[in-house]
Amino acid sequence: MRRVKVYVSYKPSVLDPQGAAVKGTLHRMGYPEIADIRIGKYFDIQIAETVTNLEAMIEAICDQLLVNVNMETYEYELVEESVG
Amino acid sequence: MKFAVIVFPGSNCDADLLWALTEILGETAAYVRHDEESLAGFDGVLLPGGFSYGDYLRSGAIACCSKVMAEVKRFAKEGKPVFGICNGFQILTEAGLLPGTLLTNQSLHFICKTVALKVEHNQTPFTCDYAKGQVIQLPIAHGAGNYFCDDATLASLKANQQIIFTYAYENPNGSTAGIAGISNQGGNVLGMMPHPERAVEELLGSKDGLILFQSMLTYYRKVAVSQ
Repeated sequence: MRRVKVYVSYKPSVLDPQGAAVKGTLHRMGYPEIADIRIGKYFDIQIAETVTNLEAMIEAICDQLLVNVNMETYEYELVEESVG
Repeated sequence: MKFAVIVFPGSNCDADLLWALTEILGETAAYVRHDEESLAGFDGVLLPGGFSYGDYLRSGAIACCSKVMAEVKRFAKEGKPVFGICNGFQILTEAGLLPGTLLTNQSLHFICKTVALKVEHNQTPFTCDYAKGQVIQLPIAHGAGNYFCDDATLASLKANQQIIFTYAYENPNGSTAGIAGISNQGGNVLGMMPHPERAVEELLGSKDGLILFQSMLTYYRKVAVSQ
């Protein structure tokens, strides 16, 4: 199996009220140094070895389902895993 | 006029909608399941509110990939009326039938109350029986009704008169430009967060929503006569 990690976050222009609420809480807890928090999503995906165009496939599923390009952006990494 | 009410797993306003269309408006309506392939014989398609697929991933994201949506897109492309309420609006934006998207309410609260709306545009198949500028009372009930689009999209919505309803006195959820409902460029696809199907009888506190469904009927009959 190949493993891919996809990270989805709001575009900078989109307000993230959940992130703002968590930041405010941390400030109240005594961490005023926290300058900004934005909450995103993380997908851990296993893909069959037989797929040859892995990157094209990841981008296609992101664009078609995992990400709403109106409000979100994404990045991904291919994880090299040692077998055994 | 024969309406299809699409039912997804997790839809919960489908029965209210069917009641409004059949018992109050007096027209024909039927449920169409998410896995059906045909909308043949229907004159209008309605996507009800609810929490399709538990709002997993994003509100409406999974529902817009269901089998019936290919047919809804074809129906919309033919210029026939498609109307999404609340979760139905979210599904229409996810499906690309309407621009922009619905974000979590700015307050992070689920908001359930009656709000005042302004009818911005009444030359549409959904609002022709309202007066332009009329202020109406409809309930809202949503956690993600904060309409968002980029500046270019907002400019084109304004230029094409696609902003159909705005929140009249207060903006409950942080929506861009106070937007409560928009149409597509062709005017035959409408999405809105407030629930007109919950305001169709005096018993429900307001009948202002009934005029929307009556407008669909008025427009349909006018088109039928002209053809």
